[in-house]
Amino acid sequence: MKNKKNIIYAAIAIIVYLLIFTLVETGTASRQLQNLIVPVLVNIMLAVSLNLIVGFLGELTLGHAGFMSVGAYAGCLFTVNCHLPAVIELPIAFVIGGLTAAVFGFIIGIPALRLKGDYLAIVTLGFGEIIRSILNSLDIVGGSGGLKGIDKSSNYTVAYVLTIITLIVISNIIRSCHGRSIKAIRDNVIAAESVGVNVVYYKMFAFVLSAFFAGVAGVLYGQNLGIIKPATFDFNKSIEILVMVVLGGMGNIRGSIIAAIILTLLPELLRDLADYRMLFYALALILMMLFSSNPTLVEFRQRLFTRKKGGK
Amino acid sequence: MLKRFLALAMAGTMALTMVGCGGSGAENDAAADDGSDVIKIGGIGPLTGDAASYGVSTKNGAEIAVQEINEAGGVEGKQLELLFEDDECDEQKSVNAYSTLMDQGINVLVGSVTSACSIAVSGESSQDGILQITPSGSAKECTATPNAFRICFTDPLQGQVMAEYIQQQGLSKAAVIYNNGDEYSKGIHDAFVAKFTEAGGEIVADESFTSGDVDFKTQLTKIKGSEADCLFLPFYYTEVAYVSEQAASLGLTLPMFGCDGWDGVIKQLNGDTTNIEGGTFLTPFVPTDPDEKIQAFVKKYNEKYGADPDQFAADGYDAIYAIKLAVEQTGGDLSNEALIDAMTKITLSGLTGDMTFDANGEPNKSAKVAVIENGAYTAKS
Repeated sequence: MKNKKNIIYAAIAIIVYLLIFTLVETGTASRQLQNLIVPVLVNIMLAVSLNLIVGFLGELTLGHAGFMSVGAYAGCLFTVNCHLPAVIELPIAFVIGGLTAAVFGFIIGIPALRLKGDYLAIVTLGFGEIIRSILNSLDIVGGSGGLKGIDKSSNYTVAYVLTIITLIVISNIIRSCHGRSIKAIRDNVIAAESVGVNVVYYKMFAFVLSAFFAGVAGVLYGQNLGIIKPATFDFNKSIEILVMVVLGGMGNIRGSIIAAIILTLLPELLRDLADYRMLFYALALILMMLFSSNPTLVEFRQRLFTRKKGGK
Repeated sequence: MLKRFLALAMAGTMALTMVGCGGSGAENDAAADDGSDVIKIGGIGPLTGDAASYGVSTKNGAEIAVQEINEAGGVEGKQLELLFEDDECDEQKSVNAYSTLMDQGINVLVGSVTSACSIAVSGESSQDGILQITPSGSAKECTATPNAFRICFTDPLQGQVMAEYIQQQGLSKAAVIYNNGDEYSKGIHDAFVAKFTEAGGEIVADESFTSGDVDFKTQLTKIKGSEADCLFLPFYYTEVAYVSEQAASLGLTLPMFGCDGWDGVIKQLNGDTTNIEGGTFLTPFVPTDPDEKIQAFVKKYNEKYGADPDQFAADGYDAIYAIKLAVEQTGGDLSNEALIDAMTKITLSGLTGDMTFDANGEPNKSAKVAVIENGAYTAKS
């Protein structure tokens, strides 16, 4: 049963890739959409990794953009200063970016994970802002003007492979005994502790893993764009990722993927509306949120599906 | 069953994507047709978000230029069309906007308005080889690619010009305050300090602050204790307003000098300029300049948008006229190579001065200096 499911997932992954490949290589997809593939994948990685903390561990953090920026700067700084062939350089950059972010995740995690709920949110928010201020005044990374001259060596294939790796790792961890421990902490800390779940360890585990993938996503972001500046990784960026997680459903990986796709594509596809673009985007967000969480609508949706199930 | 719903949503997204492809694909084909009698100019800048005023001004200025040219019969028999996209001052969105514009088949690009976005876009545009003119991207790297030109001064150039200007006034001991967290401010500061000391001057106080600071008394008190005979303030008008008021309250009455970020300081001070009277700053454009061309532009802008134009509007206006001249130079040839080559041959007599462009994409134009006198900016050459 489980094998069958895995095969289906693998098949979907390959089919989606082939679809992207044909659309891009034959030039059927517009320039706009070709250009959006990597940002969409970056956002999927960010949303899914944040979901690990917010959705599965049940802690609210607002510093995801901070981890992303640390990873992006570490990885991109490496590629700017080392002139190796892209095949060797890129994987090393991704690992460096991920590991640096993970180390920061660990350092921040030590004091932060003693806190809960709002307090953790505030501390991580502070962390993100501190990182941004430091990057702003560090001349070695270009200061407020940003790190320029990054080789644009990534492409959609690299991004796709990384996204799939992220998805496989995170969804497998969630289904493993580690994942069950993480979810147990979310549902009831005392109960989890009483059956021998090492709360501190698993919280840290989720935090570091999430930071790692945020870092990798950051490197991908930088490699795709060629320039990164501290102002990009502000508080709003963290909120943007959080919105994807909340909209897609806490603790729902597929939801995060869909939300990341929709929320990245929507503002771009609405460009025809010119001045009303942001208005419609906000409206669309509210409507989607209502659709996914309003009790009446949720009930309606469930009724709709259960009736179908009965019919089957 | 949730799965089925998700599958449905997925299918919906896919369908949406496909529709998007089909539509734009068709537009692409239409644009590829070179026989059309419209020159499409793409524009990118922040129309929403914190930096929106820059983008909106640029767009308005460019629109006036396009309107003028079209009313006068277009360029080489072709009408201009301006397509302006929002980038929210975000590099990724700027690149997204660029690809959207490319789908619409633009011939030349005016943008981006801000430095980092402009650099990100030139990474893409250099691969397409399309002529890119940034009206106000002042970071050095904005013109790093061979297809990129700019209308405004670079940050270091402003610092150098002001250093020379201050020394011409017979002042040799400068005190400087700058914003450490802002590339623009830091770029001007570094070049100023280098040039000023190189030319025999002395920096007697070098103080910094970071974005968001409102209290400058510590820095100003230090400067008061130094032997400075002038004050150089290379940052934006909001902070300049604070500094000028606090300097006055401390009894510091040195002549003040600044950069083009000062534009707007009179409005910020609610028109009361007693504390900053005589303040001199480098600017490409002063709306009160008696020059005929500038007055005509200011009048048109006021009629259309109900406000005085700022330097961004003037930069946008000049960018469009640079394109017009380039197209005339090529005799209507819209190929990228011809246009880029033509850019180095034109002489633009624009609102921000007479300029030519070198092969590096930099404008050669003389600096204008504005003085704050009796609650108004006065142009001084």
